[in-house]
Amino acid sequence: MMEKNKDLPTPHPFMANSAEASFNELLKVANVTDIDELFEQIPKDHIFKGDWNFDPQIPSEAALYKHLTRILRKNSSAEENLNFLGAGCWQHYVPAICDEMVTRTEFLTPVWGTPSSDHGRNQVWFEFQSQIGELVGMEFVGLPLYSFGTAGGHAIRMAARINKRGKVLVQSSIDPERLAVFKTYCGYPELDGYLEIVMVDTDAKTGRINLDDLKAKISKDVSSVYFDNPNYLGVIESEAKEIAKIAHDAGAEVIIGVDPISLGVLPSPSEYGADIVVGTTQPLGVHMNAGGGVGGFIATRDDEKYAHEYPTLQVSLTGTSEPGEMAFGLTLFEQSSYGSREHGKDWTGNSVYLWTVANATYMSVLGPNGFAEIGKTILQRSHYAAKKIAEIPGVSVTWPSGFFKEFVVNFDGTKKKVSQINKSLLAKKIFGGKDLSKDFPNLGQSALYCVTEIHTLEDLDSLVSALKEVTK
Amino acid sequence: MIKSKIRKYHAPVWDEPLVMQMGQTGRRGSIAPKTESKIADAVGNALDLLPAGMKRTNPLNLPELSEFEVQRHYLHLSQQTLGMMGISLFGTCTMKYNPRVNERIVYQPFVAEMHPHQDPETMQGILEVVNRFDHLLRKLSGLDKFVFQAGGGADAAYTQACMTRAYHASRGELEQRNEIITTAQAHPCNPATAAAAGFKIITLPLEDDGFPSVEALKAVVSNRTAALMVNNPDDIGIYNPNIKEWVKIVHDAGGLCFYDHANFNGVMTRIRAADIGFDACMYMLHKTFGGPKGGGGPAVGAYGCNEKLIPFLAGPTVETNPDGSFYLKEGGEHSVGRIREFLGNIPTVIRAYSWTRSMGIEGLRDAANISVLANNYMEKRLLEIPGITKGMPDVKGRRLEMTRYSLGELTADTGVSVFDVQNRMTDFGVDAYWLSHEPWFIPEPFTPEAGELWSVEDIDYWIDVLETVCNEARTNPELVKSSPHNQVVHKQNSTNLSDPAKWATTWRAYKRKYGISN
Repeated sequence: MMEKNKDLPTPHPFMANSAEASFNELLKVANVTDIDELFEQIPKDHIFKGDWNFDPQIPSEAALYKHLTRILRKNSSAEENLNFLGAGCWQHYVPAICDEMVTRTEFLTPVWGTPSSDHGRNQVWFEFQSQIGELVGMEFVGLPLYSFGTAGGHAIRMAARINKRGKVLVQSSIDPERLAVFKTYCGYPELDGYLEIVMVDTDAKTGRINLDDLKAKISKDVSSVYFDNPNYLGVIESEAKEIAKIAHDAGAEVIIGVDPISLGVLPSPSEYGADIVVGTTQPLGVHMNAGGGVGGFIATRDDEKYAHEYPTLQVSLTGTSEPGEMAFGLTLFEQSSYGSREHGKDWTGNSVYLWTVANATYMSVLGPNGFAEIGKTILQRSHYAAKKIAEIPGVSVTWPSGFFKEFVVNFDGTKKKVSQINKSLLAKKIFGGKDLSKDFPNLGQSALYCVTEIHTLEDLDSLVSALKEVTK
Repeated sequence: MIKSKIRKYHAPVWDEPLVMQMGQTGRRGSIAPKTESKIADAVGNALDLLPAGMKRTNPLNLPELSEFEVQRHYLHLSQQTLGMMGISLFGTCTMKYNPRVNERIVYQPFVAEMHPHQDPETMQGILEVVNRFDHLLRKLSGLDKFVFQAGGGADAAYTQACMTRAYHASRGELEQRNEIITTAQAHPCNPATAAAAGFKIITLPLEDDGFPSVEALKAVVSNRTAALMVNNPDDIGIYNPNIKEWVKIVHDAGGLCFYDHANFNGVMTRIRAADIGFDACMYMLHKTFGGPKGGGGPAVGAYGCNEKLIPFLAGPTVETNPDGSFYLKEGGEHSVGRIREFLGNIPTVIRAYSWTRSMGIEGLRDAANISVLANNYMEKRLLEIPGITKGMPDVKGRRLEMTRYSLGELTADTGVSVFDVQNRMTDFGVDAYWLSHEPWFIPEPFTPEAGELWSVEDIDYWIDVLETVCNEARTNPELVKSSPHNQVVHKQNSTNLSDPAKWATTWRAYKRKYGISN
């Protein structure tokens, strides 16, 4: 029997070897008497010796659950309230089987295995890539990126590596949050690889890209033209083909950002001129998670010109030593930062791969008819809301037609600020649309309202009557 | 010597088709809510609401399945994923238990159904957890503020590169300070993100004692130095004892110092980044702090910095009102703006806070002790297996939570590679080990990490399986080379993967390239 060690752990449910017998067995075989011996590499003066003053340990699950939920119940969620916030993170219904799959321990907890032991997960990844490819009309798709904005940022850099040009044109109606990410990715003029972002005006009448301004700003220095369709303000860029042609005529790449939930009713961006498609994955079966549900993708034609610039990892369908058997393996790994360090294409790392499980499940349950149906429901409900809101005195809808899911509501005629209106709505358990007054001063006191398939007639009528009251 | 009874194992084999190959026309897995007739009457036909030329004309070629078929398909695929169902000692990734209670918490609407743009008044619970966890990490690091926007460790390294830009730009020195120094043993994300941010990279080579020399650092530090980005200990379990001097050298030259704390598990409660002098550090919440890995995220690279760098942090940050409530603050004039949209992967911040509170400071201490002890236990046993040698054998002193080994001798004797052994181990329900980041310093490397989760029986079993496979390599090398044999699928054919005419990242590409109609 060994003497009791001063470093004997206290048994804890997350640590098998915190049991005395196990710990002693490890000590014995490792030939350790004092734990501090194991840290002999570390100079003594590097080791912290003060008081931690740490929050007390809560090893009981029951107590921990109570502690956490007591804090988190101070939240008031979009499920308890009627939510009209979108703006980069959208409330759609998440089918129960999506949650079942992403919480399966097999998918939730692993890191990396072999092509055989990871076969199931690799197949999910391939099905994710394949179904995104179908939606956007592209043949080459990578594993997901951190977000819509980071996907766009990497796509802009891909284009710059392809054509070695230093300028990118971006629609001025873009999500300011996404634009801020682009700016980060485009760097600083003092350093290598800087890309200048030039904004292309939005036509105040239509809410779409101003083609004259685009024509004025396009040049042989422009690496890429980036636009979202529908754009951040909800408006469908119906002249997308024309935009792409203007860009292509100047030799620029066309990068189009999409919300894939629109693609059951809208054409694939590849049909109107996209070279690189990026977008969000969050609407496809992932909860908003206070913004922690976001994810992005990049898709292109299966062309080496693009494939060799992907920063992501991607799985490819291949075979095994057994004839006819399917397997999946990483393609173009060597161009990733794992393969080439600073010589790789930007960088990759942990991303949001678990969400591919929800996304693939979601796309599979919807199928072609589900995507068409949800698109139609969103179109009708959002247009109904816009129509009824526009009937409220002093309230108008800036672009009352040609939008998908989101639309701009202007309150200038009520002499009230969006911030006041939203506070009053909150008192009625309604989350009003995203306040645009700071980011888009030209739009006056406006808010971006988001209506999806979750909003019933009753919900929309409640919003309208609440808005009537609070704008009086 | 093999200690355990080697158990029978076979992976589930469903020979599952691709979801795109399944189903029948007209089958439905989900029905969208039907638009009420009052809505339809008011707005008319849905497709008429789209502008001309913006209506989909090509039908989507997606699968058509019933809900159950989809559920069963993905359940089959989950079963065909080994991961933590067996034993996974994947080094550098610190495999931990991901407490189930955290899933119960974060899938409730008070987390899952929260919108990032909600009025902060309605987000007090989330903001409080973020704030509490920020304070716990401040204590563990000695730094002054933590943020969670970065979607992983590499994204936190990118955050540092962006902070470095903003810091030197604010002092008018960015054009001059365009070099970032790292080491050959630093994780590839450090040089890669720094290069993507526009910096030139200087990589210090390792000396025989396992880390670069102080002289080598001094030789490259100059008024062009923007920052130092290093791991310590590195992923061979070697701690650079000169690290304080390194930090001083870089600081004296006007550079910033970033501590990539990817390998924090072994030094938790002993090493605090601020005590060593670092300006900033990064912890991986999906590794060290018990968050699930999800096969590669959603992850969180928690980024912490000192007072000097706080003005450069990306917005929005969580701040405290005088009354104790919380609000979100946008970055000021020096802020880097955004690294990624919104506040970060909040559910994993909540999970990490929960895990850390469950452990307490005493649990963190025990976990660090157990993981370093377990690694030294493994080392003792592994080095008794013929054909296995220790990487950097001349480095004196006990390794921390990881040791890198080489199968080079076994390969020389038998022709069986480190990949073959890895494949064969999966035939026993033991998932892959980590090999080594690029570049490899030793032949046929592998890097297991025992951590504090796995029992001594699991660790023994892992070693016993490896020993069994090493024995097989000597008696029946073909068996190992042609493995796996008990897995979901056989040995992958990787020759197609780098051939543009044959690779296929989507089913539509595959069908075109291989002439399949559907």
